[in-house]
Amino acid sequence: MMQSAPVLLAAPAPEAVDVGVWDILLWGALPYIVLAIVIGGTIWRYKYDQFGWTTRSSQLYESRILRIASPLFHFGILAVLVGHLVGLVIPRSWTDAAGLSEHAYHIMALGIGLVAGFGTLVGIVMLIYRRRTTGPVFMATTKNDKFMYVMLVAALLTGLGVTIISVFDTTPVDYRQTVSPWFRSIWILQPDVQAMAASGIGFQTHALFGMALFAIWPFTRLVHAFTAPVHYLFRPYIVYRSRDSKDTAGMVPIRRGWEPIGTQDRARGSTRSRTR
Amino acid sequence: MRVMAQVAMVMALDKCIGCHTCSVTCKQAWTNRAGTEYVWFNNVETRPGQGYPRRYEDQEKWKGGWELNRRGNLKLKSGGRLQKLFGIFASPVQPELDDYYEPWTYDYENLLHAPAGDDFPVARPKSLITGDDMKIEWSANWDDNLGGAPEMGHLDPIVEKVRKESEDKIKFEFEQTFAFYLPRICEHCLNPSCMASCPSGAIYKRSEDGIVLVDQDRCRGWRQCITGCPYKKMYYNHKSGKAEKCTFCYPRIEVGIPTVCAETCVGRLRYIGLFLYDADRVTEAAATPDERDLYEAHLDILLDPHDPEVLAAAREDGIAEDWLDAAQRSPVYKLAKELRVALPLHPEYRTMPMVWYVPPLSPVVDLLKDQGHDGEDADNLFGAIESLRIPVEYLAELFTAGDTEIITLVLRRLAAMRSYMRDIALDDEPDESIAEAVGMTGSQIREMYRLMAIAKYDERYVIPTAHIEDAHNLEEIGCSLDVDGGPGMGGMGQTGVFGEASGTPMPVAVENFNALQARQQGGDPTGNEKLAGRVNLLNWDGRGAPQGLFPPKDHEEGHSR
Repeated sequence: MMQSAPVLLAAPAPEAVDVGVWDILLWGALPYIVLAIVIGGTIWRYKYDQFGWTTRSSQLYESRILRIASPLFHFGILAVLVGHLVGLVIPRSWTDAAGLSEHAYHIMALGIGLVAGFGTLVGIVMLIYRRRTTGPVFMATTKNDKFMYVMLVAALLTGLGVTIISVFDTTPVDYRQTVSPWFRSIWILQPDVQAMAASGIGFQTHALFGMALFAIWPFTRLVHAFTAPVHYLFRPYIVYRSRDSKDTAGMVPIRRGWEPIGTQDRARGSTRSRTR
Repeated sequence: MRVMAQVAMVMALDKCIGCHTCSVTCKQAWTNRAGTEYVWFNNVETRPGQGYPRRYEDQEKWKGGWELNRRGNLKLKSGGRLQKLFGIFASPVQPELDDYYEPWTYDYENLLHAPAGDDFPVARPKSLITGDDMKIEWSANWDDNLGGAPEMGHLDPIVEKVRKESEDKIKFEFEQTFAFYLPRICEHCLNPSCMASCPSGAIYKRSEDGIVLVDQDRCRGWRQCITGCPYKKMYYNHKSGKAEKCTFCYPRIEVGIPTVCAETCVGRLRYIGLFLYDADRVTEAAATPDERDLYEAHLDILLDPHDPEVLAAAREDGIAEDWLDAAQRSPVYKLAKELRVALPLHPEYRTMPMVWYVPPLSPVVDLLKDQGHDGEDADNLFGAIESLRIPVEYLAELFTAGDTEIITLVLRRLAAMRSYMRDIALDDEPDESIAEAVGMTGSQIREMYRLMAIAKYDERYVIPTAHIEDAHNLEEIGCSLDVDGGPGMGGMGQTGVFGEASGTPMPVAVENFNALQARQQGGDPTGNEKLAGRVNLLNWDGRGAPQGLFPPKDHEEGHSR
């Protein structure tokens, strides 16, 4: 699969790398497939499965470990998210223009990234330990959850791995010249396959696991992150809602013999309508 | 003035015999599902007692309800918006299962199938959470009838408080104590702190009837409402990952019939009717500086349905004529505001609760009788209410934020009714001075007696139906059966592609239908499959002979024995 990544830890210039068929598929096509799955899957789940859209908190069963592990993981992963955004979105030329030297930038990114990454890792290890050893929590763990944990930990470990390797590597891959341009190019629909092909197997594995994690995201409990309740900061405390305005189940076809009785819509056939 | 209507309840505590029928029928109707084993939308507590969950009234610990900040504005006791969001990953003060209890069933299977031996077979308790054997140590009403009160009575947060403030001590020795029952449902507050705590905004108050509901589609399981509710009447369904609460049986209310708990109440102590209230002044009333004035402030926003000005405003706000008529006949308005004998539970939580209580006179009467006095003599009763400080202070902590004057007046009114009506029952001339002594007239006392002693079904429950022009929007009408099985109990476990709790929610009626069927034909809840498919006679509705009513004939079973 990685046949087209001939150089492992050396850092060739992107122009010097051959682009193979696999490169085109993985870095040119796959991102769009993943995007389609994330967007389509999220819309589909939001329409189909609002009821299953929940954190499925297990705090009721156990809160001693959770109290430490869960904030550690969640705040850690939020920091990691911010780190990724900064690293991937902001071009090197911008930080150079701001007078931030390459060395200082890397020290900062490494420091914050490692702390956040290890916090996240320790958090999730504690959470998985809790999940496995607390009877009721383990019983409430679905196959879907287990698969999700594998992908999440894999993405986390590969990410931490490339970060640590870059510390000791004498000729590190500069992700700001390989991964980041590729990431930015995805969004303008002109994927820079060559840049990613030059990034080396570490970053490539991490990117693959990352994409896999995003692809399963809408179909796992991770969806709760998409409805992070930021609007709580702005909404009024007391919510009045009319019984009338509630869109119960929308237009639901009703089986023959189960038409509602006594309503004005009865004569109009087999569709429950909210029109008045 | 913005007039809104609220379906509300009053419970007359003197009539509660603590039979738990309300709790059981409520559970059968609403929470007889996996994930809600420990959930009691309705529970009955013996007071003094710890309540359910244990010591829920200790708000220093549980942080429920509202408090005033330094500027005198309302603020959630559990913290501001930002603070709540930062605590979202591990809710800091959420009760755990131990604070409720670990639900269980019994291994009845063993009674039937234990091999012959020297020991008598027993049905061991099995946890409904883990499925393992367990030791039962607590339940929803473990301290029922003051059970264990000599050892544990002091754990009641109100006992603690009264002990601190009173020279006398609440005693738990037999014949020196007092007890009464307190049935509790969700208060369907005007200023609900559960709603204010919900990060998703999934909890809402219906503008037509004031019933507070959780939108099961929008709830994301952040569980802040459980901390927010000072009455701890928000529950977390640990299977679906959603919050659930008392629904005030809205499908029944919408068609004009009382809630299940009220309908099945043996003592007929529950009254359901309308309050009209001024929605514009709720926040202002809830922010009344002195918590002892909250009761009056609350009464003040409950509007007089006979006042032409109120009626005009109500019509302008779109309240229908039949609802106004129902508001005028409302038994809860009569008890709360005209007769002033019903009081809100814990007004100091500042949530403006809408399930009110007529406090019990029985602790006073019982103590009088035990001491050999005439418990229906007005002077004896009035004197006892004055001198029996402990029950009065305890009741004051429950219903009037500690103001004993209000509770004394209410108890005196109840005592006056006893004495006044005794004269009538004995064919004596009624003594009008008894009525005057409590600021009432004889006809008011008779009216109160009528309402509290002999009111029939249609006087106790004055519930206008939801409007027919709205009928096709009612959540329960035309419940679609287009999803077979579905989530909830009927389909828990065999649901959507994302495992349990996923998929579209099932209308309540369908869910109950499935649940009953599953229970009738289901096996042992601990997962023992031997009895699967057999009808549980305890749940059999008595109609016909469904499959599984009788055990299979021997040859069908394959000569297992």
